[in-house]
Amino acid sequence: MKKKENYWYLSILSILAFIFIWWLFCDVLKMTKESTLPGPIKVMETFIKKLSSTAPDGATLIEHIGSSLKISMGGWAMGVVIGTPLGICMAWYKKIDLFVRPVFDLIRPVPGLAWIPLMIILFGIGLTSKIVTVFLSAFVPCVLNSYTGIRQTKDVHLWVGQTFGASNFQMLINIAVPTALPLVMTGVRVALGASWTCIVAAEMLASTKGLGYMIQQARGIFRPDIIICGMIAIGVIGALFSWLLSLIENRIVRGAKHI
Amino acid sequence: MVNQEQIKVKVDHMTKRFGDLLVLNDISFDVKKGEFLCIVGPTGCGKTTFLNCITKLYDLSQGEILVNGEPVNPRKHNIAYIFQEYSTMSWLTVEENVAFGLKMKKLPKSVIKKEVDEVLEIVGLTKYKNYYPVELSTSMLQRVVIARAFAVKPEILLMDEPYGQLDVDLRFKLEDELLKLWKKLGTTVIFITHNIEEAVYLSENILVLTNKPTTIKEKLSNPLPMPRNVVSPEFIDLRNQVTDLIKWW
Repeated sequence: MKKKENYWYLSILSILAFIFIWWLFCDVLKMTKESTLPGPIKVMETFIKKLSSTAPDGATLIEHIGSSLKISMGGWAMGVVIGTPLGICMAWYKKIDLFVRPVFDLIRPVPGLAWIPLMIILFGIGLTSKIVTVFLSAFVPCVLNSYTGIRQTKDVHLWVGQTFGASNFQMLINIAVPTALPLVMTGVRVALGASWTCIVAAEMLASTKGLGYMIQQARGIFRPDIIICGMIAIGVIGALFSWLLSLIENRIVRGAKHI
Repeated sequence: MVNQEQIKVKVDHMTKRFGDLLVLNDISFDVKKGEFLCIVGPTGCGKTTFLNCITKLYDLSQGEILVNGEPVNPRKHNIAYIFQEYSTMSWLTVEENVAFGLKMKKLPKSVIKKEVDEVLEIVGLTKYKNYYPVELSTSMLQRVVIARAFAVKPEILLMDEPYGQLDVDLRFKLEDELLKLWKKLGTTVIFITHNIEEAVYLSENILVLTNKPTTIKEKLSNPLPMPRNVVSPEFIDLRNQVTDLIKWW
């Protein structure tokens, strides 16, 4: 029997190679000035220091992360809870589709970030404006993916339900929703990425705390090491979420991924 | 003359049009309770349309279909349909797939479990009950679908070329399994096939359809004793007789 090969080490190797090249160019060959692009050692030092230090922007890295997470998770959860059922209902009930679609089609092409100016005018620079902006960014992929997922239901499965005397609602719950689940999960994942991107950008424009705010402040005082720390935190947290959602997806999406 | 009480399905002037295309043209016939009827006809003559009308997947343009003397209604009449396409649900295990029809009929869990265990045993899938369809072979998938249909103990079982995509060995095996189940449960079976040998092997009666617009060419009774021998002269005679009826060339 062919032995199943495991190539996990390649992923580790790619990160190590990236850090090595960065170190080589910045710390060994000194091709850039520390004030424009610091090497990994300096960034690591700043990262560790920033975990407990509030200088220069008034909050520790953990506090910034906490603030960004709170808003993005709130907006994302709202997007999922409202967007997914709406997409499912639009795909399944024609009247709901006809009623909601015109408004949705108008909202859909507007990028999440384009809502920020309006939200600031409406709600100020506090929590609400950012949560609503994140919600709108997360809402669109949730609606789109659940809609497409339900539309992928095979006729033959619906016929099976129909000949067994299933009601329309039974067919929705027992046939269409399980069919749509993989795409619904993709929507949830895309929404998470969108809400994370959106919150960081929103904080850059108007905020008093958060990773975006931290990066923006660091740019003002020429501290690229803090900027890179912020970027690393954004990247690591984003990847972590993606991984967590993949784990959840593997648990709830049944059948298709077995073997 | 068939006693009215024995008639399970009465097809009365069944006509189906799709726009200007007339597919089924004024077809009338009866199916007795517990009968195994095979329907054969040229490719594209509307055999599947016919079954879809019986299950109300399509509405008739004219005429009516009665089950036990009243208009057919899948919510009221216990009907199972085995489609030509693979219809197992990938997100359900074998056991859950087989239980699907019973669940839709909202039967108590204990009844569902009992029926499912029983039918899984008959089709030899007990060992695989926790497998997902993606882990099964084609023959096993088809057996899951058959088990799902039989689990509801249908009054009427409709089968649309269920073995069309299987190889000969497997087809013979599943045909025998089907006959076993039919005899055991006394279900009325309407079985569509383009395979004349299969029709002669399984049926009590054979309905031969014409090309579109489809009408009944002839209804033949099949008196051969079971189990049938596909190389016996009587079998070959009947097969040739059906073949001659079906020829349009």
